[in-house]
Amino acid sequence: MTLTRARREPRWQGGQRAAAGVSLLLLASCLAACRLDMHIQPRFDPYAPTDLFNDGRSERPMVPGTVAHGHLRTDTLLYTGRINGVVADEFPFPITAADLERGRERFNVYCTPCHDYTGSGRGMVVQRGFQHPAPPSYHIDRLMKAPVGHFFEVMTNGYGAMYSYAARVSVEDRWRIAAYIRALQLSQHATLDDVPAPERGALAGKAP
Amino acid sequence: MAQIFHRSFNTIARVSIYGGLLLLGGLAYVSWVVEQSPLYTDAKLPLVQPIPFSHKHHTVDDGIDCRYCHTSVEKSAFAGLPSTETCMTCHSQLWTNAAMLEPVRASFLTGQSIAWTRVNALPDFVYFNHSIHIHKGIGCTTCHGQLGEMPITWKENTLYMRWCINCHKHPERYIRRREDVFKPIYDPPANQEELGRRLVKAYDVKTPTYLTSCETCHR
Ligand code: HEC
Ligand code: HEC
Ligand code: HEC
Ligand code: HEC
Ligand code: HEC
Ligand code: HEC
Repeated sequence: MTLTRARREPRWQGGQRAAAGVSLLLLASCLAACRLDMHIQPRFDPYAPTDLFNDGRSERPMVPGTVAHGHLRTDTLLYTGRINGVVADEFPFPITAADLERGRERFNVYCTPCHDYTGSGRGMVVQRGFQHPAPPSYHIDRLMKAPVGHFFEVMTNGYGAMYSYAARVSVEDRWRIAAYIRALQLSQHATLDDVPAPERGALAGKAP
Repeated sequence: MAQIFHRSFNTIARVSIYGGLLLLGGLAYVSWVVEQSPLYTDAKLPLVQPIPFSHKHHTVDDGIDCRYCHTSVEKSAFAGLPSTETCMTCHSQLWTNAAMLEPVRASFLTGQSIAWTRVNALPDFVYFNHSIHIHKGIGCTTCHGQLGEMPITWKENTLYMRWCINCHKHPERYIRRREDVFKPIYDPPANQEELGRRLVKAYDVKTPTYLTSCETCHR
């Protein structure tokens, strides 16, 4: 993504330049910025374009074969969702209540537009026409039985009409979302017996 | 000795003194108005974009969270603009025939990124950071206006130094609960003063002395 370098110049264009010029001329006491040399410094802001390189990007792609600090991917379960090539049904790190909460938040940001808050697959964007194919409900038998590694893989690589979310959701967050999807699946099939005994009274008679 | 000046010069002198003062005051006022006006600050002026992107449709009508597109806003200085691929996660199926979206499809095919026109920009000698503001309960709409009502994006505030300082002196007037930060439309509650003071304490917001010292923003 490149941004045209608008910066502060718009203040000094056309009519504005005339207006600024007039007030400058008339007012010896002009306190407004008259010098722009510090406004635009010889450095690259994020996404700033450049003509230094042929592709016009100041952000340089990695030299092939290099590994950035902290990006060595030795943990195959964490990064691929597989153990010895088989889709795993376990998490690479223990899931705490905080992880589940983070998973809920990320799910609501990145997945609900299509999959809906409950995982029904009837999100707002689907209702506006994203239906060829529409996402499946998470509560169908096949996905209930799918190992957690499958959800990780879908997010990482995309799945059919669904694009990959790897660029926007970090590896750890993808596992947390997978955990939250599991929790959603369980919640849709919970019975009164799953509720802790002291809380059951509050629900009695309200279950559909 | 005869008087050098005719009596009428008394009036002329008075008129030129008071008139001069008035003229100066008037000019000062006019330049103040010009400096505040969109003519000079670009605030509230809709800009021409390669694609007429509507925050109103995408956030309020379709319920998409800011972070779906502005991914890095919580964790870095820069909020980030969505890549073409992010648009395509939906527009691979939606509005696929709309001429309006032709630049998106072209960009996706060629890999040439879409050149959005910058709406908000600070001079390079100012340090700004999104993540700290988000983390301390300053909502997007406080600085960027009600995005949920914008059919095309404009700059809501002047981004002048005194605008920053005004809030750094009185954060309690603007701070909101963290869960409300990303709301595309937000109006402060009636008890903002009281809520604000409570949140400033709860979120451990730094003192106005620290937040208004020059090296906070000019580093
Ligand atoms: C833009 C809409 C959209 C968004 C956003 C989206 N998905 Fe999907 N998802 C789909 C569609 C469409 C399918 C069905 C794809 C197909 O069958 O070709 C799908 C399928 C799936 C499946 C089922 C795969 C299978 O085995 O059938 C899972 C699991 C899934 N998505 C998880 C997620 C998660 C997790 C997120 C958030 C990180 C997410 N999706 C975000 C549209 C979306
Ligand atoms: C569907 C993707 C999408 C979503 C969701 C979205 N934006 Fe944007 N936003 C964009 C695009 C594309 C641009 C650049 C074009 C423009 O300026 O309108 C942009 C530009 C902006 C700008 C101006 C950037 C500049 O150049 O200074 C602000 C501020 C902004 N968005 C805030 C928000 C806020 C706040 C939300 C959530 C309420 C939000 N956006 C949700 C895609 C999105
Ligand atoms: C999460 C899904 C999603 C993403 C991502 C998305 N859009 Fe959209 N977009 C929609 C939907 C849904 C509509 C239809 C709006 C309506 O009918 O209310 C739409 C409509 C539009 C329109 C038609 C005019 C309008 O505003 O209704 C334009 C132009 C557009 N989008 C541009 C973009 C651009 C540019 C991007 C990438 C920065 C983007 N969209 C990303 C879902 C999305
Ligand atoms: C304290 C005020 C403030 C808050 C709160 C704020 N912004 Fe900004 N935003 C700015 C300023 C100032 C700039 C211009 C930054 C620059 O030029 O370096 C900006 C720039 C942007 C840009 C353009 C790209 C960039 O990062 O320079 C986007 C997109 C954006 N903001 C989105 C958001 C979103 C989304 C939120 C809420 C999650 C948000 N902003 C909250 C003040 C704010
Ligand atoms: C609506 C309120 C508001 C506005 C407007 C605002 N800020 Fe802030 N700013 C805050 C709050 C609250 C903090 C968090 C202080 C803390 O760390 O506790 C903060 C923190 C900062 C910090 C980090 C300070 C540090 O070292 O921790 C910087 C830098 C900063 N602001 C720059 C700016 C600039 C530049 C502008 C104007 C373009 C601006 N802010 C506008 C409320 C605001
Ligand atoms: C909260 C952040 C903040 C703090 C604190 C702050 N400034 Fe600024 N300052 C800004 C911003 C933002 C601008 C750019 C305003 C504009 O674009 O017109 C600016 C502009 C300036 C300029 C004008 C330069 C020009 O060419 O227009 C000077 C001089 C300046 N600051 C000095 C100071 C001094 C001295 C202090 C300490 C007393 C200080 N600033 C504290 C945010 C801050």
